Amino acid sequence: MPDYILRVNGTQRTVSTDADTPLLYVLRNDFELNGPKYSCGMAQCGACTVHIEGRAARSCVTPVSSLAGKAVTTLEGIGTLDKMHPLQKAFLDEQAAQCGYCTSGMIMAAKALLDSTPKPSDAQIRNALAGNLCRCGSHNRIVRAVQRAAGAVKGA
Amino acid sequence: MTTHTLSRRQFLKRTGVIVSTFTLAGPTAIAQQSTPLPGGLSNNRMLDGWVRINSNNTVTVFTGKCEIGQGILTALAQIAADELDVAYERVEIISADTARTPNEGMTAGSLSVENSGTALRFACAEARGMLLAAASRKLNVAVEKLSVADGAISATPVRMTYWEVAKDVSFKREATATFKPKPVAQHKVIGKNVPRLDLPAKVTGGTAYVQDMRLPGMLFGRVVRPPSYRATLQSVDEAAVRAMPGVVAVTRDGNFLAVAAEREEQAIKAAQALRASAKWNETPDLPPSGLALYDHLKKMPARDSVINTKTPVNASGGKITTIEAEYTRPFQAHGALGPSAAVAQFQDGKYQVWTHSQGVFPLRTDLAKALKTTVANVTCTHVEGAGCYGHNGADDAACDAALLARATNGRPVKLQWMRDDEFVWEPYGSAMIMKMQAQLDEAKNIVSWQHEIWSHPHNTRPTSNAAGSFVLGGWHLANPVPPVVPNNGPQPAGAADRNAVPLYDFPRQNILLHYVTDMPVRTSALRTLGAYANVFALESFIDEVALAAGADPVEFRLRHMKNPRARAVIELAAQKAGWKPGAKGNGTSGRGIAFAQYKNLACYCAVVADVTVDRTDNVRVTRAVSAVDAGLIINPEGIIHQIEGGIIQSASWTLKEQVKFDRQRITTRSWADYPIFTFNDVPAVEVHLINMPNERPLGTGEGSQGPAVAAIANAIANATGKRPRDLPFTPDKVRALTS
Ligand code: FES
Ligand code: FES
Repeated sequence: MPDYILRVNGTQRTVSTDADTPLLYVLRNDFELNGPKYSCGMAQCGACTVHIEGRAARSCVTPVSSLAGKAVTTLEGIGTLDKMHPLQKAFLDEQAAQCGYCTSGMIMAAKALLDSTPKPSDAQIRNALAGNLCRCGSHNRIVRAVQRAAGAVKGA
Repeated sequence: MTTHTLSRRQFLKRTGVIVSTFTLAGPTAIAQQSTPLPGGLSNNRMLDGWVRINSNNTVTVFTGKCEIGQGILTALAQIAADELDVAYERVEIISADTARTPNEGMTAGSLSVENSGTALRFACAEARGMLLAAASRKLNVAVEKLSVADGAISATPVRMTYWEVAKDVSFKREATATFKPKPVAQHKVIGKNVPRLDLPAKVTGGTAYVQDMRLPGMLFGRVVRPPSYRATLQSVDEAAVRAMPGVVAVTRDGNFLAVAAEREEQAIKAAQALRASAKWNETPDLPPSGLALYDHLKKMPARDSVINTKTPVNASGGKITTIEAEYTRPFQAHGALGPSAAVAQFQDGKYQVWTHSQGVFPLRTDLAKALKTTVANVTCTHVEGAGCYGHNGADDAACDAALLARATNGRPVKLQWMRDDEFVWEPYGSAMIMKMQAQLDEAKNIVSWQHEIWSHPHNTRPTSNAAGSFVLGGWHLANPVPPVVPNNGPQPAGAADRNAVPLYDFPRQNILLHYVTDMPVRTSALRTLGAYANVFALESFIDEVALAAGADPVEFRLRHMKNPRARAVIELAAQKAGWKPGAKGNGTSGRGIAFAQYKNLACYCAVVADVTVDRTDNVRVTRAVSAVDAGLIINPEGIIHQIEGGIIQSASWTLKEQVKFDRQRITTRSWADYPIFTFNDVPAVEVHLINMPNERPLGTGEGSQGPAVAAIANAIANATGKRPRDLPFTPDKVRALTS
């Protein structure tokens, strides 16, 4: 199996696996990152969303061989328990999750939105997150959390 | 960079395998001979099974219930903190582990706070009382003179702490429930919005779910299910798959087929190869689809019963108007966002299984049957999964993992279902028919009411005592352990008939059930069981009858309802929504109301829904306003979130969801086949709470789904003048209705 060198959350990492291995499994199993989640494996739900070169991408359908030299960021890469990203903090402040299985994908999709549109409208947030499924009905809280984070980002 | 790598020890510490030093009394044997105790204490009577004072200035409380993504453990920790008089932060809570916690059966039916919460209130009150008594002896001060703040017992000028006095107190005895829990006025943590215990890890990528577990030497597993329910395996090329890279084990037993590999993607490829080479015998034995499904259901053999009756249905005297209507609901899926998964290890004849099952104790019994071993050889530990909303694939995945673990030489294996495994094999909420009849007298009041149900079972979960097994793996073995026919749950909660008995005061009523025990399509508990469909029918029909009576729907409901708590939520929801009596829809927008007390036992909830119907016949719920009485409020935000989540999930079921199949196979395999609500579908939701401090806390996890579906149906009828009776209300159905 060939080696692939990736930059994940700012650190260079190496993995040997088949070229078509989805990034999701490399992140979860080789690099032990829990943020990106498996839900469909078919780019239908957004649970596995990470950033590749700053853009939101679905790691379940991204082959590892396409990532040579590219920067991958997961939920773990944007903030930690002690030093949370404003979005992570806002999701806590709004208690914007029930089971939380969708949360990582929501935060990463929302971060991509805020990176390009720092003060999004309600409709812009809903459109940006429309491809991310939540089964628990936490949608409105998630929208509020993104709005809250947008305020916080501006103040930061 | 930060990764959250947990060592095995750290993980086990969080998820549950440490040595326990307390008592797990055999539940039923003791319960049978003793006086009842409050809530879950009745079946788990030893005090040290519920609460322990640790030497490091913390307390540990135990619950047989588990976190299913609704903040249950947070609410239970709040209760313990208040009853013990310790800071919320000092409370550690350990949940659902067959080796460590009380056996409280299933976490289901919105009963956790009622059962486990009540047990913890009494157990912690008693623990506090015992600690104070010991302190009183030591300090030589009367108990009445002692006070406690955050575990510090004081009586000026002396002082000692729980942690000092705990050495002299043993909780190794049966609870007596003689120490009364605190009155509401003394609650400091109950009733407050404390933050959820589980969320910080979930927003930062901490280890939170069974899917996140990693054990040393762990393999990855996949199961290869038959292409249809009753297909039988003729042949499969196991040898070729064994030779694939990374494959460690292929296991075949009858129709059960699974594979373990070093890497996850290798397990997936191996499973695909097995599937490609497998030859199956299939029979087309599924029911027809569409409306024909319901004709078919009515013709199936059924156990008929009278659920509830008040004097004969036929009204007498004066002019009587009879109204009839029939409502239908298709098979609907749980569609958990995370497909089911489990980790299992088999060593020295013993199984350790980590599972997101809602009932680790009943699961253990069913696993023992399927694995052909004794219950003592199986330990099941709950670790969270994605929100399941009933009986999904969790228990089945646990069995799959355990069966596969027998072939991996003691190495643990994490078996993850793929999305199509979950959609095709999870047990669905049953298709149902509700045939309604009402009679109005000359004064336009309801004098008789009939509600007749056809339904498959709503509970085929593992149960601790049935002869058969309710896990898929057991059914597929060469020497299978088939399920037994489950009984319908008894009233007042009911199952297929849940919420079919009206809370309204009708002089005559008759509630009938045709319980169709044959299950060509696998069914079980989906959030609310039959209540979603029964409330849909009951609360749509009362609206139809109100219109026939020329009455306003709110006034007409109140006219027939004496229960003051029911009246209060109906009135509050109407008022907050700005209900205008007799308001007509304008063809494109409308408003509807509906009410239910879930199970006729849990919270009271009314919902007012506003909808629009656009030119493409697409229905949008724009706003939902609800009022809820859940008795004593433990965590207001927690209740609001559950009610709001319930309304949104119910609206999704109502407008979009139905499982599809042809005569041979389930054809719902991905989110593309089973669309659910997305951000642009979701209505604005308002939840208004009525706190009833002197009433016991009532479950809210399933309170709003019934009222939500009927409020939406009533709003569509209000908007269009046509009554939708066949779920889900997709554009093609609405078009057929209005054109
Ligand atoms: S898991 Fe990648 S989009 Fe669903
Ligand atoms: S919070 Fe459970 S899926 Fe979104």
